[in-house]
Amino acid sequence: MKKAGKENRSDPGTGKCRLYFTRDYFRKKSRGLGKHLLLIFFSVLALFPIALIFMNSFKQKKFIFAHPFALPNAKTFSLVGYHTVIERSNLFVNFENSIIVTTVSLFFILLFGSMAAYALSGYRFKGNSFFTFYLAIGIMIPIRLGTASLLKLMSSLGLVNTLTGLILIYIAQGLPLTIFILSNFMAQIPGELKDAGRIDGASEYRIYWLVLPLVRPALGAIGIFTMVPIWNDLWFPLIIAPSAKTATITLGVQQFLGQFVSDWNAVLSALVMAVVPILLLYLFFSRQMIKSVTSGALKA
Amino acid sequence: MCNRRDFLVFNPRTTRKFPFFLVVFLAPAVICYTLFMIYPLIESLRMSFFSTTPENKTVFAGIANYVKLLTDSDLAPRFWGALRNNFVFFIIHMLVQNPIGLLLASLLVSKGKGRSIYRTLLYMPNVLSVVIIGFIWQLILNPLWGVSESILRFVGLGKFFQPWLGLPEYALPTIALISVWQFIGIPMLLFYTALIGIPKEFIEASLVDGCTERQVFWRIKFPLMLPTVGIVSILTFVGNFNAFDLIYTMKGASAGPAYSTDIMGTLFYRTFFGQQLQLGNPNMGATVASMMFLIILFGVLLYTFAFQRRVKNYQL
Repeated sequence: MKKAGKENRSDPGTGKCRLYFTRDYFRKKSRGLGKHLLLIFFSVLALFPIALIFMNSFKQKKFIFAHPFALPNAKTFSLVGYHTVIERSNLFVNFENSIIVTTVSLFFILLFGSMAAYALSGYRFKGNSFFTFYLAIGIMIPIRLGTASLLKLMSSLGLVNTLTGLILIYIAQGLPLTIFILSNFMAQIPGELKDAGRIDGASEYRIYWLVLPLVRPALGAIGIFTMVPIWNDLWFPLIIAPSAKTATITLGVQQFLGQFVSDWNAVLSALVMAVVPILLLYLFFSRQMIKSVTSGALKA
Repeated sequence: MCNRRDFLVFNPRTTRKFPFFLVVFLAPAVICYTLFMIYPLIESLRMSFFSTTPENKTVFAGIANYVKLLTDSDLAPRFWGALRNNFVFFIIHMLVQNPIGLLLASLLVSKGKGRSIYRTLLYMPNVLSVVIIGFIWQLILNPLWGVSESILRFVGLGKFFQPWLGLPEYALPTIALISVWQFIGIPMLLFYTALIGIPKEFIEASLVDGCTERQVFWRIKFPLMLPTVGIVSILTFVGNFNAFDLIYTMKGASAGPAYSTDIMGTLFYRTFFGQQLQLGNPNMGATVASMMFLIILFGVLLYTFAFQRRVKNYQL
């Protein structure tokens, strides 16, 4: 048996059927198990903190401390934290703000980005390479570094403490990568397709509109990947729009947690309320999201 | 007569002027991007060469702000400390996050079953806000709750538990590891993409030639993945030198204890907005931002010229 395993290595042509039940076979099997165990370990590590918060947010305070690892049951169950959050916090306004900021920014990023990408990829004109390079600078340089003058600019435009100010910044921040990726995608669309449209008398605007559905998978992937950082951003809401009326969910949670540090029920419940929407969205879209990365849609 | 080619293909030789529809397509993006990204960046650089007098006048100061930042007895220790901490932060990411990301990616590639479930779970912390992550870990590491202590005790390491976040020598590595926990999914997915792009024939051929699995990895797969290694490294670098949220959430702008978790992002915020006793100074803030800009630029250039040019991109 031992010999069969060795033979297999030097003679792959005939060894295939003999591979079974040799020592190699069992070694491979156990190594596969080891790999699964490692993956399970890391998955648990990723999941555990969130699960722990979730579980304990439904318990009475003394049980949070006494049995942090136990699931809530009839005896320990309590919604007191959620009551505090709903009564004392601004989270619903914050949610609304976040939803407005994220969707409006996303819409304009995709619209402006696809228009520019269409122009840059579809036509040869003077200044094409200049604009391509110019618009790509922002991929590597974080917009945060311009905060000092952004704040000045926003206050001179009267956009401090408005959602519009945030939206404008996020559009500028999202455009470079969007244009870069979409140009690569649009360049792959055969020119004959556009020419056919031109022969039929379509204007360039109409052709853009016809090309757009062809890059829908890329638009979706970019959409998801631009959305997450906008939703989660703390820096610009903190600096440009910190007022109670305009605070986004990330800032709102941050401030609420700061005030209620010692109220464990409230803290845990606020965390869960902030986590759940984005988590659901992620679980819903994760397949496409991960597929879009691994299929190279976002490859630089 | 209308030439057929001119009609079909936009030709710069026959069409001299910049056609109007191109203006329509490009203008919104270019204007928005210029006004809210390029202009603030340049203006911020400009601001770093000016200073404000007590009478509220702005005067040209040359490189005085930079000299002050690098040598002033109050500011310089903060700057060098933040820079050092930021490098520690980056090195921990490079040594922990990226190798584990690579390990997870290669485990994922070899496992068909359950692959998408593992992927989904491992990438999940990435979509959560840093604020939430920071707070969750603060609770878990809190000695009051004692969750991490009981876990350590369970595996027999109870005596090693310490309130890491409160100790100057442990706070920064702890926060760096929390950041690693959150962002592990990015290198994992990028390495995974690179690994599944390697043709099976290469691996089969080398196995036939008698390579062990380890040899296959280090001699075949890893060299082919070098471009991805470069991208992951530069992304980590830019991300780390731009980090702020996690430390601000867990430690506030003063990045305690005793500035031990202070990095460039928190230093920028503090100099710009000030804190308890110290007034904010937009010009000094712009100077710190410009230093960050230079550091990031240096990293990007180093990557482009020293790495990207030398690594061959194999056409697979």
